[in-house]
Amino acid sequence: MQNASPSLLISGGRVIDPSQSIDRIARVLVIDGQIEAIDPADGSIPDHVTHIDATGQIVAPGLVDLGVELREPGFEEDETIASGSDAALAGGFTSILACSSTSPCIDSHGAVEFVRQKAVQADGVRVHVIGCLSKNRDAAQMAELGLLHEAGAVAYSDAPRPMPNDALLKRALEYARMFNLPIINRPNVMTLSEGGIMHEGQVSLVLGLKGLPTEAEDLAVARDVRIAEATNGRLHIGPVSTMGAVDLIRRVKDRGIQITASVCPHNLCLDDTELRSFDARFKVHPPLRSPRHIETLRHAVADGVIDAIQSGHMPRAREKKMDDLVESPFGLASLETTLSTVATFMLGVGSFGWMDIIDRLSTAPARIAGVAGGTLSIGVPADITIIDPNQKWVVDGHQFKSHCVSTPLDNVELTSRVTQTFVGGRRRFALRPDVMQLA
Amino acid sequence: MVDTDQAELTFPSVWTRPDLLDMEGLSADEIRALLDTAQKLKEMTGGCRNKISLLTGKTCANLFFENSTRTRNSFSLAARRMGADTVEFSSSGSSVTKGETFVDTAKTIEAMGVDWVVTRHAVPGTPHLLSRELACSVINAGDGPHDHPTQGLLDMLTILQHRGSIEGLTVALVGDIAHSRTARANIWGLSKLGAHVIVCGPPTLVSPRWSELGFEVAHSLDEILPRCDVLNLLRIQFERQSARPFPSVHEYAALYAMNRARMKRAKDNILIMAPGPINRGVEITPEVADGPHSVILEQVTNGIAVRMAALWLTAGAKSNLTT
Repeated sequence: MQNASPSLLISGGRVIDPSQSIDRIARVLVIDGQIEAIDPADGSIPDHVTHIDATGQIVAPGLVDLGVELREPGFEEDETIASGSDAALAGGFTSILACSSTSPCIDSHGAVEFVRQKAVQADGVRVHVIGCLSKNRDAAQMAELGLLHEAGAVAYSDAPRPMPNDALLKRALEYARMFNLPIINRPNVMTLSEGGIMHEGQVSLVLGLKGLPTEAEDLAVARDVRIAEATNGRLHIGPVSTMGAVDLIRRVKDRGIQITASVCPHNLCLDDTELRSFDARFKVHPPLRSPRHIETLRHAVADGVIDAIQSGHMPRAREKKMDDLVESPFGLASLETTLSTVATFMLGVGSFGWMDIIDRLSTAPARIAGVAGGTLSIGVPADITIIDPNQKWVVDGHQFKSHCVSTPLDNVELTSRVTQTFVGGRRRFALRPDVMQLA
Repeated sequence: MVDTDQAELTFPSVWTRPDLLDMEGLSADEIRALLDTAQKLKEMTGGCRNKISLLTGKTCANLFFENSTRTRNSFSLAARRMGADTVEFSSSGSSVTKGETFVDTAKTIEAMGVDWVVTRHAVPGTPHLLSRELACSVINAGDGPHDHPTQGLLDMLTILQHRGSIEGLTVALVGDIAHSRTARANIWGLSKLGAHVIVCGPPTLVSPRWSELGFEVAHSLDEILPRCDVLNLLRIQFERQSARPFPSVHEYAALYAMNRARMKRAKDNILIMAPGPINRGVEITPEVADGPHSVILEQVTNGIAVRMAALWLTAGAKSNLTT
């Protein structure tokens, strides 16, 4: 049951809002669930507001995720909309885009409605729906993009499957212009990557594990950007993981082609040597690449060639991740570690600072998806994340709110942590002091 | 049974591993310790023919999730020649076919009171996974294309017996390097003991990345042949290949099969090895396989000695650790 018209005064915190170039100690006034003012005059603060002390913390627009697998309907053992919502809130997200990788998949008006209703019942994070790009996700026939749009879908994608059908992708980019919704495509030429388990390189060679070659991603990016250029369609490429992909994206952006791209946090910090343990926690997609790729990705995020960071949350049930590396599916829980991972590993890359972090995790993804959020502008719903930038904690997947406990960051010490998350001014997550794991 | 005092066989202090998972992880001293132990056990058992009682009361489970003839029988004989009991498991007709994971199958077998699980599996890293899940010793009898430490060790023992030392020798591994666990086991083991290792085959089976790791990569057997002291001819593993990496078996044999003509260009004392099973006429012709330079059957005999050593050393390390 929703509380009516929450009103708050968040004071003492460092308010960072890239959409308004704000970065200062300030007070944020929320009235009736909407941003009323930044630094309100004392006389304008009603008596009944709830005071929240954010001294020493960062107050930012709620984080927005461009692609989360929620797995319901069909794979509730992996995640439900409710558990995924809880995990998102714990990670500081206030809006997420739900992938269509369910069974049945989200290729109909009813399927969109199902997810939206379940999200309302979960009463947590704002869940936006990504409709299928192809009917039944089989890459043969375009899904009913117009009807999906009418039902409330905010983007189209078969993710995590790529779109292997060149002609269908081209038609869809042309057709979707009617609705001004982006097509999100994961770059991967499957004939090159089929059967691959990890990054193809020296480590896969030594371990005897079939590789996922970088050219599978590079070629797909090359095709996708060329089709986007030809159609003038709205294309978002991601997540990407290779130097080649970054190079291509940089070059087409320099030519003025309007594409966007994203990367996953684990691809910014962990490399393929982790697979030496043969532990399925490290079997993720895109795969953990070699250090040279990671360095290129980090700088591309820092200089803005890569627009956004998405969690890459691909939850898989514990029993599925306990098997050998072939049987175990790609997947990980990452919603609850994304912000901390980015802060730990990206701060200090070039001039990358907190303003950039909030931009890549909130303002930019909201803009790309065309959804509300990513700003603390006056009059918008008060979707707010409060972050303690100095809190150190050690990741333990078993403490996650996600059904999935598998994370490649298990036992890794991270710096910074989401402490509170507000959706429409209502506090939907607060970190309990007893679960703070000070390193 | 030969009445043997365990004191005859000193336990090398350098060996502390309760598991034998891969060759890459072994140090040169550990490899020497195992080879030395294997040589002693071979002598103690009269060429691996007699029984001794060093492991009486212990049980070795052979969990083979892939087909095997020589490795499975070699481990069984090694265990029994040391006085241990054996449990044999094959995945066909087992609970694995009913949906049980191989880890749960292994845990079930372990719960029956075994001291070792010797495992073969098509997926790299499965012994490493079992070593995290099981309390008993785990020995890798081949995990996909990754590693096959006892095969590498028996190859090295065979070379040692003929040449006295591995250091300074030039050893070529010829054939399907991409899909060969034997190749990887040999690459690490031989290089650690000072051999110059050449990996030879078509580029589709021999990655250039091996040269980045310090190994010589060759695509012409004829060019490297005069320099080689040992040739280890690896089988083309059609069952692991998703696409044919060369136009035809006929073409492969023409380029890479060790035959009578090529023997004439080889060193006089060259050793011809093959891990088996051999494909006569593909990687090796019958006159070479059965010729005077071939030590293929000695490799099989040495396999028992090496596996006896592996069982004894891991058991010893395990008991040290648990006490």
